[in-house]
Amino acid sequence: MVAISVDPPEISKRYCQKMGFTFPILSDPKTEVIRRYDLLHKSAGPGGADIARPAEFLIDRSGTIRWVNLTENAAVRARPEQVLRALDEQLK
Amino acid sequence: MKKSWNWTLWVGFLLVLVGFFSYAFFVLFPATRDFPWVNLTLFCLGGILLVVGLARAFGRPQVFRGKIFGPILAVIGLLVVGLFAYGVFYEVRQMPASAGAPRIGESAPEFTLPDQDAKPVALSDILRSSQAAVLIFYRGHW
Repeated sequence: MVAISVDPPEISKRYCQKMGFTFPILSDPKTEVIRRYDLLHKSAGPGGADIARPAEFLIDRSGTIRWVNLTENAAVRARPEQVLRALDEQLK
Repeated sequence: MKKSWNWTLWVGFLLVLVGFFSYAFFVLFPATRDFPWVNLTLFCLGGILLVVGLARAFGRPQVFRGKIFGPILAVIGLLVVGLFAYGVFYEVRQMPASAGAPRIGESAPEFTLPDQDAKPVALSDILRSSQAAVLIFYRGHW
């Protein structure tokens, strides 16, 4: 499991330590990968900064997308059990 | 004769404020965040009390106070509820279309990005060392 945000590594590191996360948080401050996945949310961050919209992808070993969750509501993200169910269903 | 304190106006207004500010707490739980029913219930109760208070202030002004601050509290209360509704039902739903986002069955675009220790991580590396990858995009600014 990996996360991606526009935050620089030092911010992500502080956040990981604070929250006790053990998975990597990757940094995409120039929104290059965010754009490649067409997930750019223009000017939606603090001070009008470009950020990523929330999105979750399940990718199998061959690099194929097996499950996608593009929320219509920034406050409603995929829940852990949803992701686990997708893993069970798609990769059994 | 001294007029009675019109408590319904103040308690109603207080409930509206509690309904607004308590979202900071209820947003932590999916059951009260995905649909903010606790906050809406508080708004409803507050609204009913405000209406009762206004009816008392204007219907029996010789008994109850509140002809001046009643409407003021009611208007502020309405604005507070409006701001809440705007934020929770409109603003968070302003999502980009993302029509070009990779779909099921397509291959995930390859990338390499630095992790929190500034070490480069490639999608292909993750896939080589595990059964699958779950990729989560966050809004960030933590």
